[in-house]
Amino acid sequence: MRRLMTMTTDITPSELMVIVAARELKDKETVLVGVGIPNLAANLAKKLQAPGLNMVYESGAVGSNPTRMPLSIGDPCLVTGAKSICTMYEQFAYYLQGGRIDVGFLGGAQIDKYGNINSTIIGTYKTPKVRLPGSGGACDIASNVGKIIVITPHEKRRFVEKVDFKSSPGFVDGKENWSKLGLQGGGPYAVITNLCTMKFDPKTGEMMVVALQPGVTIEKVQENTPWKLKVADKLESTPAPTEKELTTLRSLDPTKIYLG
Amino acid sequence: MTSDKMMTMKEAVSKFVKDGDSIYLAGFTHMIPFAAGHEIIRQKRKDLTLLRATPDIVYDQMIAAGCAKKLVFSYAGNPGVGSLRCFRRSLEKNIPRPLEIEEYTHFGLSGRLFAGATNMPFLPMRTNIGSDLPAENPLIKTIKSPYSDEVVSTVPPLNPDVAVVHVQRADVSGNSHIWGIIGEQKDAAFAGKKVIVSCEEIVDESVIRSDPNRTLIPDFVVDAVVHEPWCAHPSYTQGYYDRDNEFYMQWDDVTKEHDTTMKYMDEWVFGVQDRSEYMKKMPSSKILKLTPKTAYSTPVSYGSV
Repeated sequence: MRRLMTMTTDITPSELMVIVAARELKDKETVLVGVGIPNLAANLAKKLQAPGLNMVYESGAVGSNPTRMPLSIGDPCLVTGAKSICTMYEQFAYYLQGGRIDVGFLGGAQIDKYGNINSTIIGTYKTPKVRLPGSGGACDIASNVGKIIVITPHEKRRFVEKVDFKSSPGFVDGKENWSKLGLQGGGPYAVITNLCTMKFDPKTGEMMVVALQPGVTIEKVQENTPWKLKVADKLESTPAPTEKELTTLRSLDPTKIYLG
Repeated sequence: MTSDKMMTMKEAVSKFVKDGDSIYLAGFTHMIPFAAGHEIIRQKRKDLTLLRATPDIVYDQMIAAGCAKKLVFSYAGNPGVGSLRCFRRSLEKNIPRPLEIEEYTHFGLSGRLFAGATNMPFLPMRTNIGSDLPAENPLIKTIKSPYSDEVVSTVPPLNPDVAVVHVQRADVSGNSHIWGIIGEQKDAAFAGKKVIVSCEEIVDESVIRSDPNRTLIPDFVVDAVVHEPWCAHPSYTQGYYDRDNEFYMQWDDVTKEHDTTMKYMDEWVFGVQDRSEYMKKMPSSKILKLTPKTAYSTPVSYGSV
Protein backbone atom coordinates (compact mmCIF):
# COMPACT_ATOMS: atom_id res chain seq x y z
CA MET A 1 0.00 0.00 0.00
CA ARG A 2 1.37 3.41 -0.93
CA ARG A 3 1.77 5.76 1.98
CA LEU A 4 2.15 9.44 1.32
CA MET A 5 5.58 10.68 2.30
CA THR A 6 4.86 14.38 1.96
CA MET A 7 1.85 14.24 4.23
CA THR A 8 2.80 16.82 6.85
CA THR A 9 2.67 19.60 4.27
CA ASP A 10 0.05 18.06 2.02
CA ILE A 11 -2.76 17.00 4.28
CA THR A 12 -4.95 19.33 6.33
CA PRO A 13 -5.69 18.49 9.99
CA SER A 14 -9.36 17.94 9.06
CA GLU A 15 -8.45 15.45 6.35
CA LEU A 16 -6.22 13.52 8.73
CA MET A 17 -8.93 13.33 11.43
CA VAL A 18 -11.58 12.17 8.93
CA ILE A 19 -9.31 9.42 7.58
CA VAL A 20 -8.36 8.17 11.06
CA ALA A 21 -12.03 8.21 12.15
CA ALA A 22 -13.18 6.39 9.00
CA ARG A 23 -10.84 3.51 9.82
CA GLU A 24 -12.80 2.90 13.05
CA LEU A 25 -15.97 1.99 11.10
CA LYS A 26 -16.64 -1.63 10.14
CA ASP A 27 -18.71 -3.05 7.30
CA LYS A 28 -22.42 -3.65 8.10
CA GLU A 29 -22.31 -1.40 11.17
CA THR A 30 -25.09 1.09 11.73
CA VAL A 31 -23.73 4.55 12.35
CA LEU A 32 -25.54 7.66 13.54
CA VAL A 33 -24.00 10.47 11.54
CA GLY A 34 -23.89 14.20 12.06
CA VAL A 35 -23.19 16.72 9.31
CA GLY A 36 -19.73 17.89 8.32
CA ILE A 37 -16.69 15.92 9.44
CA PRO A 38 -18.56 12.82 10.76
CA ASN A 39 -20.59 12.65 7.56
CA LEU A 40 -17.35 12.64 5.56
CA ALA A 41 -15.83 9.94 7.77
CA ALA A 42 -18.87 7.69 7.30
CA ASN A 43 -19.01 8.27 3.54
CA LEU A 44 -15.28 7.59 3.23
CA ALA A 45 -15.57 4.30 5.16
CA LYS A 46 -18.53 3.31 2.95
CA LYS A 47 -16.43 3.84 -0.17
CA LEU A 48 -13.47 1.87 1.26
CA GLN A 49 -13.70 -0.93 3.84
CA ALA A 50 -17.39 -0.65 4.78
CA PRO A 51 -19.63 -0.68 1.65
CA GLY A 52 -22.51 -2.06 3.70
CA LEU A 53 -22.40 0.71 6.31
CA ASN A 54 -25.88 1.91 7.30
CA MET A 55 -25.96 5.66 7.72
CA VAL A 56 -28.73 6.90 9.99
CA TYR A 57 -29.48 10.56 10.69
CA GLU A 58 -31.20 12.11 13.71
CA SER A 59 -33.79 13.61 11.38
CA GLY A 60 -35.26 10.14 10.75
CA ALA A 61 -33.44 9.34 7.48
CA VAL A 62 -32.26 5.72 7.54
CA GLY A 63 -29.81 4.18 5.07
CA SER A 64 -29.18 7.47 3.26
CA ASN A 65 -27.17 7.61 0.06
CA PRO A 66 -26.43 11.33 -0.39
CA THR A 67 -25.08 12.35 -3.81
CA ARG A 68 -23.88 15.73 -2.54
CA MET A 69 -22.72 17.11 0.84
CA PRO A 70 -25.67 17.89 3.13
CA LEU A 71 -25.52 21.18 5.07
CA SER A 72 -27.91 19.98 7.76
CA ILE A 73 -29.01 16.60 9.09
CA GLY A 74 -32.45 17.28 7.59
CA ASP A 75 -31.17 17.97 4.07
CA PRO A 76 -33.47 16.73 1.26
CA CYS A 77 -30.54 14.84 -0.36
CA LEU A 78 -30.58 12.47 2.64
CA VAL A 79 -34.14 11.50 1.74
CA THR A 80 -33.77 10.85 -2.02
CA GLY A 81 -32.92 7.15 -2.33
CA ALA A 82 -32.89 6.42 1.43
CA LYS A 83 -33.93 2.98 2.78
CA SER A 84 -36.51 4.34 5.19
CA ILE A 85 -37.80 7.50 6.81
CA CYS A 86 -39.38 7.58 10.24
CA THR A 87 -40.70 10.26 12.58
CA MET A 88 -38.43 12.05 15.01
CA TYR A 89 -39.87 10.20 18.02
CA GLU A 90 -39.55 6.85 16.20
CA GLN A 91 -35.92 7.62 15.34
CA PHE A 92 -35.06 8.06 19.01
CA ALA A 93 -37.35 5.29 20.29
CA TYR A 94 -36.91 2.48 17.73
CA TYR A 95 -33.35 3.09 16.58
CA LEU A 96 -31.50 4.67 19.51
CA GLN A 97 -33.42 3.40 22.54
CA GLY A 98 -34.06 0.14 20.67
CA GLY A 99 -30.30 -0.43 20.73
CA ARG A 100 -29.97 -0.53 16.93
CA ILE A 101 -27.08 1.93 16.57
CA ASP A 102 -23.49 0.65 16.79
CA VAL A 103 -21.53 3.89 16.46
CA GLY A 104 -22.41 7.53 17.05
CA PHE A 105 -20.36 10.65 16.36
CA LEU A 106 -20.52 13.57 18.78
CA GLY A 107 -18.80 16.91 19.06
CA GLY A 108 -18.95 19.89 21.39
CA ALA A 109 -17.27 22.99 22.73
CA GLN A 110 -15.64 21.14 25.63
CA ILE A 111 -14.70 17.57 26.47
CA ASP A 112 -13.19 16.36 29.74
CA LYS A 113 -11.05 13.44 30.83
CA TYR A 114 -14.05 11.14 31.36
CA GLY A 115 -15.40 11.95 27.89
CA ASN A 116 -18.25 14.16 29.13
CA ILE A 117 -19.23 16.64 26.42
CA ASN A 118 -20.48 20.20 26.79
CA SER A 119 -22.52 21.73 23.97
CA THR A 120 -24.81 23.84 26.19
CA ILE A 121 -23.12 26.80 27.92
CA ILE A 122 -19.79 28.36 28.82
CA GLY A 123 -20.09 29.80 32.33
CA THR A 124 -23.09 28.89 34.44
CA TYR A 125 -26.49 27.75 33.17
CA LYS A 126 -28.46 30.64 34.71
CA THR A 127 -26.01 33.34 33.58
CA PRO A 128 -24.10 31.95 30.63
CA LYS A 129 -21.06 33.71 29.21
CA VAL A 130 -21.78 31.97 25.93
CA ARG A 131 -25.00 30.18 25.12
CA LEU A 132 -24.38 27.20 22.81
CA PRO A 133 -27.12 25.26 20.94
CA GLY A 134 -27.68 22.59 23.64
CA SER A 135 -27.97 18.82 23.47
CA GLY A 136 -30.21 18.25 20.49
CA GLY A 137 -29.98 14.48 20.19
CA ALA A 138 -26.45 14.30 21.60
CA CYS A 139 -27.41 13.22 25.13
CA ASP A 140 -29.79 10.61 23.71
CA ILE A 141 -27.02 9.29 21.47
CA ALA A 142 -24.48 9.24 24.32
CA SER A 143 -26.94 7.30 26.49
CA ASN A 144 -27.85 4.60 23.96
CA VAL A 145 -25.13 3.96 21.38
CA GLY A 146 -22.55 1.16 21.54
CA LYS A 147 -19.50 3.30 20.75
CA ILE A 148 -19.21 7.08 20.85
CA ILE A 149 -16.50 8.63 18.67
CA VAL A 150 -15.55 12.28 19.08
CA ILE A 151 -13.59 14.10 16.37
CA THR A 152 -12.14 17.42 17.54
CA PRO A 153 -9.17 19.72 16.97
CA HIS A 154 -6.69 19.32 19.85
CA GLU A 155 -6.92 22.71 21.58
CA LYS A 156 -6.55 23.66 25.25
CA ARG A 157 -9.90 25.49 25.32
CA ARG A 158 -11.68 22.34 24.15
CA PHE A 159 -9.98 19.85 26.44
CA VAL A 160 -10.79 20.76 30.04
CA GLU A 161 -10.40 18.80 33.25
CA LYS A 162 -14.10 19.29 34.03
CA VAL A 163 -16.72 20.54 31.56
CA ASP A 164 -18.86 23.57 32.53
CA PHE A 165 -22.00 21.52 31.77
CA LYS A 166 -22.50 17.85 31.03
CA SER A 167 -24.77 17.98 27.98
CA SER A 168 -23.92 14.38 27.05
CA PRO A 169 -22.60 12.05 29.71
CA GLY A 170 -19.32 10.26 29.08
CA PHE A 171 -18.13 8.15 32.03
CA VAL A 172 -19.43 11.04 34.25
CA ASP A 173 -16.97 11.05 37.21
CA GLY A 174 -15.41 7.65 36.56
CA LYS A 175 -16.44 4.24 35.34
CA GLU A 176 -17.38 2.79 38.72
CA ASN A 177 -20.17 5.30 39.35
CA TRP A 178 -21.14 5.39 35.66
CA SER A 179 -21.90 1.68 35.63
CA LYS A 180 -24.40 2.23 38.49
CA LEU A 181 -26.41 4.66 36.33
CA GLY A 182 -27.63 1.78 34.16
CA LEU A 183 -27.16 3.50 30.79
CA GLN A 184 -27.45 0.97 27.97
CA GLY A 185 -24.83 2.68 25.78
CA GLY A 186 -21.18 1.63 25.81
CA GLY A 187 -20.01 5.16 26.56
CA PRO A 188 -17.20 7.06 24.91
CA TYR A 189 -14.96 4.88 22.74
CA ALA A 190 -12.45 7.09 20.93
CA VAL A 191 -11.44 10.75 20.72
CA ILE A 192 -9.68 11.54 17.46
CA THR A 193 -7.72 14.78 17.17
CA ASN A 194 -5.16 16.24 14.80
CA LEU A 195 -2.46 15.17 17.29
CA CYS A 196 -3.49 11.77 18.58
CA THR A 197 -6.12 9.09 19.09
CA MET A 198 -7.33 8.57 22.66
CA LYS A 199 -9.40 5.71 24.05
CA PHE A 200 -10.62 5.12 27.60
CA ASP A 201 -9.07 3.12 30.44
CA PRO A 202 -11.34 0.06 30.75
CA LYS A 203 -11.14 0.19 34.59
CA THR A 204 -11.37 3.89 35.43
CA GLY A 205 -12.96 5.32 32.29
CA GLU A 206 -10.23 7.95 32.02
CA MET A 207 -9.09 9.16 28.60
CA MET A 208 -5.67 7.86 27.53
CA VAL A 209 -3.49 8.37 24.50
CA VAL A 210 -3.21 5.17 22.44
CA ALA A 211 -1.72 6.43 19.18
CA LEU A 212 0.12 9.49 17.92
CA GLN A 213 -0.67 10.98 14.52
CA PRO A 214 2.27 10.91 12.08
CA GLY A 215 5.11 13.21 13.15
CA VAL A 216 3.56 14.18 16.51
CA THR A 217 5.33 13.70 19.87
CA ILE A 218 3.63 12.85 23.15
CA GLU A 219 5.12 16.07 24.56
CA LYS A 220 3.19 18.10 21.99
CA VAL A 221 -0.03 16.30 22.92
CA GLN A 222 0.56 17.01 26.62
CA GLU A 223 1.37 20.69 25.91
CA ASN A 224 -2.08 21.06 24.37
CA THR A 225 -3.96 19.29 27.16
CA PRO A 226 -4.49 21.06 30.50
CA TRP A 227 -4.39 17.95 32.70
CA LYS A 228 -1.75 15.20 33.04
CA LEU A 229 -2.78 12.75 30.33
CA LYS A 230 -2.69 9.00 30.80
CA VAL A 231 -0.69 7.21 28.14
CA ALA A 232 -1.26 3.58 27.09
CA ASP A 233 1.52 1.11 27.95
CA LYS A 234 2.01 0.42 24.29
CA LEU A 235 1.82 3.77 22.49
CA GLU A 236 1.35 3.28 18.76
CA SER A 237 1.79 5.60 15.83
CA THR A 238 -1.08 6.06 13.39
CA PRO A 239 -0.23 4.77 9.90
CA ALA A 240 -0.03 7.69 7.47
CA PRO A 241 -3.00 8.11 5.11
CA THR A 242 -2.76 6.17 1.87
CA GLU A 243 -3.11 7.79 -1.51
CA LYS A 244 -6.40 5.94 -1.98
CA GLU A 245 -7.82 7.26 1.30
CA LEU A 246 -6.84 10.80 0.43
CA THR A 247 -8.06 10.89 -3.16
CA THR A 248 -11.35 9.23 -2.20
CA LEU A 249 -11.88 11.70 0.62
CA ARG A 250 -11.11 14.72 -1.57
CA SER A 251 -13.62 13.53 -4.17
CA LEU A 252 -16.31 13.59 -1.46
CA ASP A 253 -15.80 17.29 -0.68
CA PRO A 254 -14.37 18.73 -3.89
CA THR A 255 -15.13 22.34 -2.98
CA LYS A 256 -13.58 21.90 0.47
CA ILE A 257 -16.62 22.96 2.49
CA TYR A 258 -15.44 20.93 5.47
CA LEU A 259 -11.87 19.98 4.56
CA GLY A 260 -10.47 23.52 4.13
CA MET B 1 -68.43 13.63 4.24
CA THR B 2 -65.69 16.22 4.31
CA SER B 3 -66.17 19.81 5.40
CA ASP B 4 -64.45 22.82 3.92
CA LYS B 5 -62.03 24.39 6.42
CA MET B 6 -60.23 26.56 3.88
CA MET B 7 -59.12 30.02 4.94
CA THR B 8 -56.17 32.35 4.41
CA MET B 9 -53.16 32.32 6.74
CA LYS B 10 -54.23 35.79 7.89
CA GLU B 11 -57.66 34.46 8.88
CA ALA B 12 -56.26 31.29 10.48
CA VAL B 13 -53.78 33.19 12.68
CA SER B 14 -56.35 35.84 13.55
CA LYS B 15 -58.90 33.18 14.53
CA PHE B 16 -56.71 30.69 16.42
CA VAL B 17 -53.55 32.36 17.76
CA LYS B 18 -54.07 34.52 20.86
CA ASP B 19 -51.64 36.55 22.96
CA GLY B 20 -50.09 34.32 25.62
CA ASP B 21 -50.72 31.06 23.71
CA SER B 22 -48.25 28.21 23.45
CA ILE B 23 -47.62 27.38 19.79
CA TYR B 24 -45.77 24.64 17.94
CA LEU B 25 -44.71 25.33 14.34
CA ALA B 26 -43.77 21.77 13.35
CA GLY B 27 -41.09 20.39 11.05
CA PHE B 28 -37.61 18.98 11.65
CA THR B 29 -35.61 21.09 9.15
CA HIS B 30 -38.26 20.10 6.58
CA MET B 31 -41.55 21.97 5.91
CA ILE B 32 -41.16 24.56 8.67
CA PRO B 33 -44.20 26.86 8.26
CA PHE B 34 -42.37 30.19 7.94
CA ALA B 35 -45.45 31.84 6.41
CA ALA B 36 -47.34 31.19 9.67
CA GLY B 37 -44.47 32.66 11.71
CA HIS B 38 -44.41 35.76 9.55
CA GLU B 39 -48.19 36.22 9.83
CA ILE B 40 -48.00 35.90 13.64
CA ILE B 41 -45.30 38.62 13.61
CA ARG B 42 -47.41 40.87 11.34
CA GLN B 43 -50.41 40.47 13.65
CA LYS B 44 -48.11 41.44 16.55
CA ARG B 45 -48.98 38.52 18.83
CA LYS B 46 -47.11 38.74 22.13
CA ASP B 47 -46.19 36.79 25.27
CA LEU B 48 -46.20 33.57 23.27
CA THR B 49 -44.56 30.39 24.50
CA LEU B 50 -42.74 29.08 21.44
CA LEU B 51 -42.37 25.31 21.28
CA ARG B 52 -40.03 23.55 18.85
CA ALA B 53 -37.20 21.02 19.01
CA THR B 54 -35.06 23.25 16.80
CA PRO B 55 -36.16 26.91 17.08
CA ASP B 56 -34.48 27.44 13.70
CA ILE B 57 -34.60 30.78 11.88
CA VAL B 58 -38.39 31.02 12.18
CA TYR B 59 -38.31 31.39 15.99
CA ASP B 60 -35.16 33.54 15.79
CA GLN B 61 -37.32 35.95 13.76
CA MET B 62 -40.27 35.75 16.16
CA ILE B 63 -37.96 36.33 19.14
CA ALA B 64 -36.38 39.36 17.42
CA ALA B 65 -39.87 40.73 16.69
CA GLY B 66 -40.77 40.54 20.39
CA CYS B 67 -43.48 37.85 20.09
CA ALA B 68 -41.93 35.41 22.57
CA LYS B 69 -42.03 35.27 26.35
CA LYS B 70 -40.65 31.77 26.61
CA LEU B 71 -38.90 29.18 24.46
CA VAL B 72 -39.21 25.42 24.98
CA PHE B 73 -36.60 23.67 22.84
CA SER B 74 -33.87 21.05 22.46
CA TYR B 75 -31.37 22.47 19.96
CA ALA B 76 -31.03 26.24 19.54
CA GLY B 77 -28.52 26.46 16.70
CA ASN B 78 -28.53 27.37 13.02
CA PRO B 79 -27.99 23.84 11.67
CA GLY B 80 -24.67 23.53 9.86
CA VAL B 81 -23.92 27.25 10.37
CA GLY B 82 -23.63 28.15 14.08
CA SER B 83 -25.62 30.27 16.51
CA LEU B 84 -29.12 31.67 16.44
CA ARG B 85 -28.08 35.22 17.22
CA CYS B 86 -31.52 36.70 18.05
CA PHE B 87 -32.16 33.89 20.53
CA ARG B 88 -28.76 34.54 22.11
CA ARG B 89 -29.29 38.33 22.22
CA SER B 90 -32.59 37.82 23.99
CA LEU B 91 -31.13 35.34 26.47
CA GLU B 92 -27.76 37.03 27.10
CA LYS B 93 -28.75 40.74 26.76
CA ASN B 94 -32.56 40.91 27.09
CA ILE B 95 -32.88 42.39 23.57
CA PRO B 96 -35.66 43.08 22.60
CA ARG B 97 -36.99 41.52 25.84
CA PRO B 98 -35.95 38.81 28.33
CA LEU B 99 -36.62 35.21 27.33
CA GLU B 100 -37.45 32.33 29.67
CA ILE B 101 -36.22 28.94 28.54
CA GLU B 102 -37.18 25.33 29.19
CA GLU B 103 -34.72 22.87 27.71
CA TYR B 104 -34.87 19.18 26.75
CA THR B 105 -32.99 16.73 24.56
CA HIS B 106 -34.49 15.88 21.15
CA PHE B 107 -35.81 12.59 22.52
CA GLY B 108 -37.24 14.44 25.51
CA LEU B 109 -39.07 17.07 23.48
CA SER B 110 -40.35 14.69 20.79
CA GLY B 111 -41.38 12.34 23.62
CA ARG B 112 -43.34 15.18 25.25
CA LEU B 113 -45.35 15.65 22.04
CA PHE B 114 -45.88 11.89 21.72
CA ALA B 115 -47.18 11.79 25.32
CA GLY B 116 -49.42 14.79 24.55
CA ALA B 117 -50.71 13.20 21.35
CA THR B 118 -51.45 9.86 23.05
CA ASN B 119 -52.90 11.35 26.25
CA MET B 120 -50.36 9.90 28.70
CA PRO B 121 -49.50 11.56 32.06
CA PHE B 122 -45.76 11.09 31.38
CA LEU B 123 -43.39 9.18 29.13
CA PRO B 124 -40.46 7.06 30.34
CA MET B 125 -37.26 7.11 28.31
CA ARG B 126 -33.59 6.14 28.42
CA THR B 127 -31.78 9.46 28.39
CA ASN B 128 -31.01 12.50 30.60
CA ILE B 129 -29.54 10.39 33.44
CA GLY B 130 -25.89 11.36 33.95
CA SER B 131 -26.32 14.73 32.22
CA ASP B 132 -26.69 18.11 34.00
CA LEU B 133 -29.98 18.93 32.27
CA PRO B 134 -32.40 17.50 34.90
CA ALA B 135 -30.77 19.75 37.53
CA GLU B 136 -31.76 22.81 35.46
CA ASN B 137 -35.20 21.58 34.37
CA PRO B 138 -37.29 20.22 37.27
CA LEU B 139 -39.88 18.85 34.82
CA ILE B 140 -37.40 16.13 33.86
CA LYS B 141 -37.81 13.46 36.53
CA THR B 142 -37.08 9.76 37.09
CA ILE B 143 -39.28 6.80 37.93
CA LYS B 144 -38.59 3.26 39.09
CA SER B 145 -40.06 0.64 36.82
CA PRO B 146 -43.03 -1.21 38.43
CA TYR B 147 -41.65 -4.42 36.83
CA SER B 148 -37.95 -4.29 37.76
CA ASP B 149 -35.43 -2.22 39.69
CA GLU B 150 -34.64 -0.11 36.67
CA VAL B 151 -34.83 3.66 37.02
CA VAL B 152 -35.60 5.64 33.87
CA SER B 153 -36.06 9.31 32.99
CA THR B 154 -39.53 10.81 32.41
CA VAL B 155 -40.95 13.84 30.66
CA PRO B 156 -44.43 15.37 30.93
CA PRO B 157 -46.91 15.58 28.02
CA LEU B 158 -46.99 18.62 25.76
CA ASN B 159 -50.28 19.92 24.33
CA PRO B 160 -49.74 23.17 22.43
CA ASP B 161 -52.65 25.64 22.31
CA VAL B 162 -52.03 25.83 18.57
CA ALA B 163 -50.01 23.55 16.27
CA VAL B 164 -49.20 24.59 12.71
CA VAL B 165 -48.18 21.85 10.29
CA HIS B 166 -47.14 22.34 6.68
CA VAL B 167 -47.74 19.42 4.28
CA GLN B 168 -47.27 18.66 0.61
CA ARG B 169 -50.95 18.13 -0.19
CA ALA B 170 -54.27 18.15 1.61
CA ASP B 171 -57.94 18.13 0.76
CA VAL B 172 -60.25 20.97 1.80
CA SER B 173 -61.14 19.30 5.07
CA GLY B 174 -57.53 18.69 6.16
CA ASN B 175 -56.66 15.07 5.29
CA SER B 176 -52.94 15.48 4.71
CA HIS B 177 -50.34 13.61 2.69
CA ILE B 178 -46.78 14.04 3.94
CA TRP B 179 -43.54 12.48 2.72
CA GLY B 180 -39.83 13.07 3.16
CA ILE B 181 -38.60 13.88 6.66
CA ILE B 182 -41.77 13.55 8.71
CA GLY B 183 -40.26 14.89 11.94
CA GLU B 184 -42.89 15.63 14.55
CA GLN B 185 -45.74 16.73 12.26
CA LYS B 186 -48.10 13.89 13.16
CA ASP B 187 -47.37 14.17 16.89
CA ALA B 188 -47.85 17.95 16.83
CA ALA B 189 -51.17 17.62 14.97
CA PHE B 190 -52.53 15.04 17.44
CA ALA B 191 -51.17 16.93 20.47
CA GLY B 192 -52.38 20.40 19.43
CA LYS B 193 -55.60 21.80 20.92
CA LYS B 194 -56.15 23.73 17.67
CA VAL B 195 -54.47 22.64 14.44
CA ILE B 196 -53.74 24.70 11.34
CA VAL B 197 -52.63 22.73 8.26
CA SER B 198 -51.01 24.62 5.40
CA CYS B 199 -50.25 22.89 2.12
CA GLU B 200 -48.46 23.28 -1.19
CA GLU B 201 -51.42 21.82 -3.08
CA ILE B 202 -55.12 21.33 -2.45
CA VAL B 203 -56.18 17.99 -3.95
CA ASP B 204 -59.44 16.14 -4.28
CA GLU B 205 -60.40 13.75 -1.50
CA SER B 206 -60.04 10.90 -4.04
CA VAL B 207 -56.29 11.64 -4.35
CA ILE B 208 -55.95 11.30 -0.57
CA ARG B 209 -57.97 8.06 -0.55
CA SER B 210 -55.84 6.62 -3.39
CA ASP B 211 -52.87 6.44 -0.99
CA PRO B 212 -54.08 6.25 2.62
CA ASN B 213 -50.70 5.13 4.05
CA ARG B 214 -49.37 8.58 3.19
CA THR B 215 -52.11 10.33 5.19
CA LEU B 216 -50.34 11.06 8.49
CA ILE B 217 -52.98 13.56 9.58
CA PRO B 218 -56.72 12.81 9.24
CA ASP B 219 -59.18 15.69 8.86
CA PHE B 220 -60.89 15.30 12.21
CA VAL B 221 -57.85 16.64 14.11
CA VAL B 222 -57.60 19.68 11.80
CA ASP B 223 -59.30 23.06 12.41
CA ALA B 224 -58.11 25.12 9.45
CA VAL B 225 -56.65 24.42 6.00
CA VAL B 226 -54.55 27.08 4.30
CA HIS B 227 -53.40 26.78 0.70
CA GLU B 228 -49.95 28.37 0.98
CA PRO B 229 -47.42 27.50 -1.76
CA TRP B 230 -43.78 28.08 -0.68
CA CYS B 231 -44.97 28.37 2.94
CA ALA B 232 -41.76 26.75 4.17
CA HIS B 233 -39.09 28.88 2.45
CA PRO B 234 -36.16 29.16 3.43
CA SER B 235 -36.85 25.67 4.80
CA TYR B 236 -38.00 23.23 2.11
CA THR B 237 -40.76 20.95 0.91
CA GLN B 238 -39.52 17.64 -0.48
CA GLY B 239 -40.25 17.37 -4.18
CA TYR B 240 -41.45 21.01 -4.42
CA TYR B 241 -38.47 23.24 -3.52
CA ASP B 242 -35.12 22.60 -1.95
CA ARG B 243 -33.71 24.07 1.24
CA ASP B 244 -32.29 27.57 0.72
CA ASN B 245 -28.95 26.81 2.35
CA GLU B 246 -27.59 30.15 1.12
CA PHE B 247 -30.26 31.97 3.14
CA TYR B 248 -29.41 29.94 6.26
CA MET B 249 -25.75 30.96 5.88
CA GLN B 250 -26.61 34.62 5.20
CA TRP B 251 -28.89 34.77 8.27
CA ASP B 252 -25.74 34.74 10.39
CA ASP B 253 -24.73 38.11 8.88
CA VAL B 254 -28.25 39.56 8.70
CA THR B 255 -28.63 39.08 12.47
CA LYS B 256 -25.26 40.47 13.60
CA GLU B 257 -27.18 43.32 15.33
CA HIS B 258 -30.80 43.76 16.39
CA ASP B 259 -31.10 46.74 14.01
CA THR B 260 -29.87 44.79 10.98
CA THR B 261 -32.31 42.00 11.84
CA MET B 262 -35.23 44.44 12.02
CA LYS B 263 -34.21 45.93 8.67
CA TYR B 264 -34.67 42.49 7.14
CA MET B 265 -38.01 42.09 8.93
CA ASP B 266 -39.22 45.50 7.66
CA GLU B 267 -38.54 44.42 4.11
CA TRP B 268 -39.53 40.73 4.03
CA VAL B 269 -42.12 40.40 6.82
CA PHE B 270 -43.78 43.78 7.54
CA GLY B 271 -43.14 44.94 3.96
CA VAL B 272 -45.38 42.28 2.42
CA GLN B 273 -49.06 41.42 2.92
CA ASP B 274 -48.75 37.67 2.71
CA ARG B 275 -46.71 34.77 1.31
CA SER B 276 -47.72 35.37 -2.29
CA GLU B 277 -46.30 38.93 -2.09
CA TYR B 278 -43.17 37.51 -0.45
CA MET B 279 -42.78 35.15 -3.39
CA LYS B 280 -43.31 37.98 -5.90
CA LYS B 281 -40.33 39.72 -4.30
CA MET B 282 -38.18 36.60 -4.63
CA PRO B 283 -35.81 36.72 -7.63
CA SER B 284 -36.81 34.14 -10.25
CA SER B 285 -33.17 32.97 -10.42
CA LYS B 286 -33.47 31.90 -6.76
CA ILE B 287 -36.71 30.02 -7.45
CA LEU B 288 -35.09 28.18 -10.36
CA LYS B 289 -32.08 27.30 -8.25
CA LEU B 290 -34.30 25.75 -5.55
CA THR B 291 -36.43 23.72 -7.96
CA PRO B 292 -35.56 20.03 -7.45
CA LYS B 293 -35.12 17.26 -9.96
CA THR B 294 -38.00 14.79 -9.96
CA ALA B 295 -37.59 11.36 -8.34
CA TYR B 296 -40.92 9.50 -8.45
CA SER B 297 -41.72 6.51 -6.28
CA THR B 298 -43.00 3.34 -7.91
CA PRO B 299 -46.83 3.19 -7.66
CA VAL B 300 -48.35 0.54 -5.37
CA SER B 301 -51.70 -1.24 -5.63
CA TYR B 302 -54.21 -0.90 -2.79
CA GLY B 303 -56.68 -3.18 -4.58
CA SER B 304 -58.93 -5.74 -2.88
CA VAL B 305 -61.41 -8.39 -4.10
